[in-house]
Amino acid sequence: MNRIVVLLVIFSLGAFYLIGSNKEPPLEAYTVIPEVKIDSLTAERAYEEVMNVLMHPRCMNCHPTDDIPKQGMDRHPHYFGMSRGKENKGFSATKCATCHQEANNLNSGVPGAPHWSLAPASMGWQGLSRSEIAQRLLDPETNGGKSHKELVTHMTEDELVLWAWNPGVDANGIPRKKPPISEEEFKKAVEKWFDEGAPVPSK
Amino acid sequence: MKIALQVNGEHHSLEIADENTPLLWVVRDLLNLKGTKFGCGKAACGACTLHVDGEAVRSCSYAVKFADGKKVTTIEGLGNEEAPHPVQQAWLEHVVPQCGYCQPGFMMATAALISKNPKPTDEDIDKNIINICRCATYYRMRKAIHRAAELERQRLSLTPKNIENGEE
Repeated sequence: MNRIVVLLVIFSLGAFYLIGSNKEPPLEAYTVIPEVKIDSLTAERAYEEVMNVLMHPRCMNCHPTDDIPKQGMDRHPHYFGMSRGKENKGFSATKCATCHQEANNLNSGVPGAPHWSLAPASMGWQGLSRSEIAQRLLDPETNGGKSHKELVTHMTEDELVLWAWNPGVDANGIPRKKPPISEEEFKKAVEKWFDEGAPVPSK
Repeated sequence: MKIALQVNGEHHSLEIADENTPLLWVVRDLLNLKGTKFGCGKAACGACTLHVDGEAVRSCSYAVKFADGKKVTTIEGLGNEEAPHPVQQAWLEHVVPQCGYCQPGFMMATAALISKNPKPTDEDIDKNIINICRCATYYRMRKAIHRAAELERQRLSLTPKNIENGEE
């Protein structure tokens, strides 16, 4: 019995010491792991992210296939019977710039950005599948003769493209919804996709 | 912000506290030109239409900073009693207005249209003159727009042969 009590006392003292010591191990004990940024963005993932943005109403609304710009998340036809016109900027006297200026108007809710206009008819995406949109985007015959490099520049620097992440407020003062990923994530996805040769999955 | 602009031929240099102030309020409240009207405030009805460098714009939704260094024309600058603009003459001939509130916007939109298309078709009018008139004077307006275009062609001494097809 006495032996058991002695053992319990020793065990308890040892436990208290271990719990109470709380000493950091010496720095030399750590293994220094070199910082390696793991790039999990594959070409396939980049493609999907790019397409998710391109198919968002902020982008699709100005890429119609019926020459009629769309508005809102429900993609309704632009009010007032507005249409493409001869130069993608509306009609001769009533054109995009009659209402849309070079910046969002937060008083009226009218959106704006430099060179506000519809995308050319050859770049109509509405109703197309993801891969069809990608093919139309990549084809110089439809994209205005742009190389991959020029497309990267267009998609990551053009102020009208990037307006999607600064879409202002609507007529009721409610902020417009932005594309599903951030501007920075989109730019990274665009660069990754084109770095990998802009593959378009066949599915 | 200092804004320098020309309104109906007169130069103005204005100190504007908020550069996003609608051009409409600058024209009406600072320059006391009350012909341009406030309608919806959302660039939807067209009552506030005026010209900036010859282009029709909805001034309720046009930040004054964009007018810096530009030429603005309001309904007061379109013409006068002695020398009415073809649009004003046509509006008089067809007694277009009812209450009249929206008419300056329609007239400015029409002036922009016939300056670019001196022989608009009904379809051209439908596409370009999209302002809203709650008195529904559209029927008289359409006739007046055709008449204004005719007067404009006479003014420019254009014959039907040398008028380009203005189809939109």
